[in-house]
Amino acid sequence: MKRRSFLQKTLPAGVLLPSLLNGFSFRAFGMSSPELSSLLLPATETDHVLVIVQLNGGNDGLNMVVPIENFSNYVNARSNIYIPDDKVIPLNGKAGLHPAMTGLGNLYEDGQLKVIHSVGYPQPNFSHFRATDIWMSASDSATVVNSGWAGRYLNYEYPNFPNGYPNASMTDPLAIQIGSVTSLTFQGAAVSMGMSISSATNFYNLVNGVTDPAPNTPAGKELSYIRVVAQQTQQYATAIKAAAAKVTKQVTYPSSNSLADQLKIVARLIAGGLKTRVYMVNYGGFDTHSVQVNSNDTTTGTHATLLKNVSSAIKAFQDDLRMLGADERVVGMTFSEFGRRIKSNGSTGTDHGSAAPCFLFGKQVMGGVLGDTPIIPSNATVNDNLPFQYDFRSVYATLLSKWLCVEDRDLQQIMLKNFQQLPLINGVACKKPVDLSGEQLISNYPNPFSSSTVITFKTAGGHTLIQVMDTSGRVVANLTDKEYAPGTYTVAFNSGFMPSGVYYARLQNMAIQQVRPMLKVR
Amino acid sequence: MILLYLNSLFRLYTMSRRKFISQIIQPASVQEAPPPPPGGGLTPYAGSWTTDQVIHLLKRTQFGVRPEDVKYFATRTFLQSISELLNPSTPSPNPPVKDYVPASTVAKPDTNIAAGTTWVNDLNADGGLDGNRVLSFQKWWIGNMINQDRSIKEKMILFWHNHFATEADTIGNPIYIYRHHQVLRTNALGNFKALTRAVTLDPGMLVYLNGQYNTLTAPDENYGRELQELFCCGKGTGSKYTEDDVKAAARVLTGWRINATTATSYFDITRHDKNAKKFSAFYNNTTIAGRTTATAGELELDEMLNMIFATSETSKYICRRLYRWFIYYDIDATVEATIIAPLANLFVQNNYEILPVLEALLKSEHFFNSLAVGCQIKSPIDLVVGLCREFTIAFPPASDYATNYGHFNYLFNWASNMQQRIGDPPDVSGWKAYYQEPQFYEVWINSDTLPRRNQFTDTMIVTGYTLNGFLMKIDGAEWVKKMSNPADPNKLISDITYLILRIDISAASKQQLKRDILLGGQSDDHYWTDAWNLYISTPGNTTNTNTVKNRLRDLLKYLMNLPEYQLC
Repeated sequence: MKRRSFLQKTLPAGVLLPSLLNGFSFRAFGMSSPELSSLLLPATETDHVLVIVQLNGGNDGLNMVVPIENFSNYVNARSNIYIPDDKVIPLNGKAGLHPAMTGLGNLYEDGQLKVIHSVGYPQPNFSHFRATDIWMSASDSATVVNSGWAGRYLNYEYPNFPNGYPNASMTDPLAIQIGSVTSLTFQGAAVSMGMSISSATNFYNLVNGVTDPAPNTPAGKELSYIRVVAQQTQQYATAIKAAAAKVTKQVTYPSSNSLADQLKIVARLIAGGLKTRVYMVNYGGFDTHSVQVNSNDTTTGTHATLLKNVSSAIKAFQDDLRMLGADERVVGMTFSEFGRRIKSNGSTGTDHGSAAPCFLFGKQVMGGVLGDTPIIPSNATVNDNLPFQYDFRSVYATLLSKWLCVEDRDLQQIMLKNFQQLPLINGVACKKPVDLSGEQLISNYPNPFSSSTVITFKTAGGHTLIQVMDTSGRVVANLTDKEYAPGTYTVAFNSGFMPSGVYYARLQNMAIQQVRPMLKVR
Repeated sequence: MILLYLNSLFRLYTMSRRKFISQIIQPASVQEAPPPPPGGGLTPYAGSWTTDQVIHLLKRTQFGVRPEDVKYFATRTFLQSISELLNPSTPSPNPPVKDYVPASTVAKPDTNIAAGTTWVNDLNADGGLDGNRVLSFQKWWIGNMINQDRSIKEKMILFWHNHFATEADTIGNPIYIYRHHQVLRTNALGNFKALTRAVTLDPGMLVYLNGQYNTLTAPDENYGRELQELFCCGKGTGSKYTEDDVKAAARVLTGWRINATTATSYFDITRHDKNAKKFSAFYNNTTIAGRTTATAGELELDEMLNMIFATSETSKYICRRLYRWFIYYDIDATVEATIIAPLANLFVQNNYEILPVLEALLKSEHFFNSLAVGCQIKSPIDLVVGLCREFTIAFPPASDYATNYGHFNYLFNWASNMQQRIGDPPDVSGWKAYYQEPQFYEVWINSDTLPRRNQFTDTMIVTGYTLNGFLMKIDGAEWVKKMSNPADPNKLISDITYLILRIDISAASKQQLKRDILLGGQSDDHYWTDAWNLYISTPGNTTNTNTVKNRLRDLLKYLMNLPEYQLC
């Protein structure tokens, strides 16, 4: 055995395996139970897939979708970085795409791109961390919510996860993120509903059965051993390998484009038949405080390169899905934690702002532009920001309802409030058989409730805790905390003067836990 | 190998109880040329004494490494540090307490013992209390390990428990079990010969290996065999005791009984074999004369121990066991010649005192050789107790015994699920990780236990465990304050990996973790720095505090999921 180089340029492949299961180690939770042998279905049956593209850093929406209708004020505010109107890719005559985004221009022509102007929320936050959390949790600006909007959706579809997963009806990960960690987006009330593939390299290592080299030392020997077991341990790894193996040909994606690398994997997994509902990829570098453009040609530079890569990656993804016959099933959206300031700064850059456009793409998307071209003040000052026209949670609510087929009556429990829906998706039929999935250990009745509800839970015996948490993860009540004989029991939750909204009942029974959302209404 | 297999089959039939091990997938050891073993001999280590060496030394001699202990030992010299580790300064822990309520079906409940006070002096023999008391003992032991002082003692107690393995399930009587444990605890750093003698006469062992039923008319060879095969001589190539030696040893040991009222052992000459016992050439054809007096049992035992301890195998066998406990399992000809043989000589020269051997081993060049670093797979106890210690998880004050015991119980169960149930090793051979060729430590990791390990670390950082309103959980934000500069995301990640991983991850990996987790996808370090500084200056800013805590949670969770975290 030749001595092997040790430190790789990527995260160790072994990482992939446990961290694939970024929430909890599903397999260990996946206890066998009689329930598993029966046919289990999620709440809705759909083969629709949502792909979320996160643009980290705060993307400059005004240079991505240029307000031709208000061009002179735009030039005024951004004399050092504006995109000339004769260079933009025309949309509806009132606004135009950055000239680097030819791929998305083509999708627009084909009616597969929706541009939504000025998406944001009241009282915008300008911190990357906080604004990202707001977008991912779908919270109000001033409210901390510790779960993600897609995590709550997946918790609604697969209410007992992770107890009893994977199972006959859901063999695959509920959600997949490419990156070291699953983001808040996929966080359920207690456990993460998603898994992550730490990097594209690790994905191909997994598919090709390669593990990272370890040094030829005693420690390296033990490390290799653990990595081998780690690979063998992952049931989801098997599902992923099987899906990947079904797709042997893909279109050519742009090279040196990490977003394209990620979307290429996503297309392969979707076309390979994974039942995973939501994917998330991300692409960073949008925090363009300085030298956002080249001064001699503002259509080039850092931001232009970023946009070009976003555009060509998404275009290749759509072409690939069409070639693979999966384009009917997929809708994607882009978002960034905020847009940038109307007025550019002195270092040919832009500072943190607020509302910005979102893109929706896919064959089932209603193409076109939604909303009015942003109004630019004639003498924009350094503190001016674009007001939002559409709450980002309206976009989520629409995707959940019109694409992922969530019943309107359940939307509020996932979105925590009611939001108006938008014309974004073509009419799509949703089949809705309802059953439970996994082993249900805790439930409540009535739900929704107004003052009190009765929680029924099943314990395997031993110390059992039932607590109620609010959406920020704070414990608001400990209903029981003692030893039980195995069996099914009930406890009452009297919500007293607690505000209406979503609460979570959490069961902790030694190594097992499960969380149930409950809706308090007036 | 065949002998070994037959031996374990033999045990399968002789031992009273077998745990059912579910079907698990365990790959064969990664097949390739074996890596070179650690180099260097027993020559005292004369290299630098930095945190590198401190961490390695503590990982092996304690459970987990607390950041404050790294600082503590780094300010002392190498020799001072070794000396402190080998000389525990704190008194023995208070005995286990009554944390249970006897079931209503118990005929004679121990109502005389107040809740929260110890039961170990109450000789109430009602078997209905056994389960409660044994569990109380096991929880207490977990607590002792978590609260260990800056010494090697707790790791040595577990070493001796693995060596003189007994099962609580078989012994049953909690007083015997506790007293047996006290024999190990008291002698853990004392004299091996004295310890062997004490264990031989210990009521728990007399039950476990049937010594109490070993009589003139019906000799029981169980203890006589294990005394040689597992406790003193081992099965090395130089160990040539015979089946007749097993029989002779059993005869020497006839007549020992237990007084159930006092829970002590005594010698009954009427059950003793008074004939001479002849041993093989391995023991220099020694004959132990039969005796007829009340002291016959002790006199013959001492004579036999002198005989056994006069062989060169005993010292070598124990030194190999210590080597596999503290360094690595692979003992090749070089290690045998340069470490085991001289260490064994030292052991004999010091009349089987344990400390000089430990001192020589821990001070050696070999121990600090770079190839000896990070090559142990953590035992479940090392993982579970080590995690609590290295992340300095907070427990309630000792006076809240109920909550503490509940938390210890939770940890005890996790370690048991990962296949190490203290007090209940699989059989008299102890845990396979320390003898099963060729896998040794790798036995700990399989398709069942690895996910449990990941699940345990996930739980301890994400949700923790709540009992009586007290949450046992890693507080990442509080813990990283112990790092050199938590505001610098580069320094923070490298400090953490340095402390908790012995095989480092690449610089590129650290950059990715920094960007993906601490910077939330941004590229400027100051975003983390600002968030951290704001957390320190204004912890009441719940939004920011939440951000900081969640990122640290994700980072630590990720690092503990690495295969590297399973090594120490």
